[in-house]
Amino acid sequence: MKKIIHKVFTAWHFEDEEKWINKMAAKGLNLTDVGVAKYVFEEGLPGEYQYRVELLENLPTHPESERYIRFMEEMGAEYVASVSRWVYFRKKAEDEPFELYSDMDSRVAHLRRINILLVFLFIFEVWAGVFNLVVGIAYGMAINVIIACIPLILALCIIPGIIRSVRKYRRLKREREIRE
Amino acid sequence: MESIALTEAVYYILLSLDTPLHGYGIMQNTERLSNGRVRLAAGTLYGALNTLLEKGWIKALPGSGSSRKKEYLLTETGRNVVMTEIARLKELLHNGEEITGGWTDEKNNS
Repeated sequence: MKKIIHKVFTAWHFEDEEKWINKMAAKGLNLTDVGVAKYVFEEGLPGEYQYRVELLENLPTHPESERYIRFMEEMGAEYVASVSRWVYFRKKAEDEPFELYSDMDSRVAHLRRINILLVFLFIFEVWAGVFNLVVGIAYGMAINVIIACIPLILALCIIPGIIRSVRKYRRLKREREIRE
Repeated sequence: MESIALTEAVYYILLSLDTPLHGYGIMQNTERLSNGRVRLAAGTLYGALNTLLEKGWIKALPGSGSSRKKEYLLTETGRNVVMTEIARLKELLHNGEEITGGWTDEKNNS
């Protein structure tokens, strides 16, 4: 039986998202598809799968991503679904713990990708806000000024995310200076 | 050759590729060599293999018939890197043992 749950996880909470998906899997609800703030689960055996979420460098349809996904499948993981550059993998839980990374360098690189995404989103939102604001003021259109508030508020919401994510990245990088 | 410290993952990947292996084989071999201590995760292994290919320390073997899985093998450059690394590790071990060797004596004397 299918179960659809709508839930929002921000990019800097991807680890919480992963935990939540794994908690569902432990209860016997296995993720089979994802959308924007949408998760499709199918009933199965509790604890059958372990899930991992990863931000790829390119879209899943990009040849490089296709190579990566094929490699993951050769290594015994199963590609479940994706939303933009976020991909969801799973592996039968009977094997050893399912991890995507076993060294700090790859974890640091992954966090860096997330940071770049957040900064890019921030710049885009600010740009969209300022653009609407300028148009609204220049042409005296109140509607644009109101619309401008949406991306500007979103930009403000991203700031704590960036701070949190950059801190985590720096902590890991400092740690990397003394160990692998 | 420039002396660089290899990561544990890279060191074991290079050693494993003394014979042609595909990704899963490298993972299994590394686990066997390290008595289960070093477990290469797929994402880490993928990144390392690409970097090693770029550096020319390993090469991908042309597709071997029925199996679509890509196999890799250590190159001559890769062998030199491993030899340099072993010399570096010997130095680390030698210095470590020489200094800590005195520690047990001190304990026995006191």
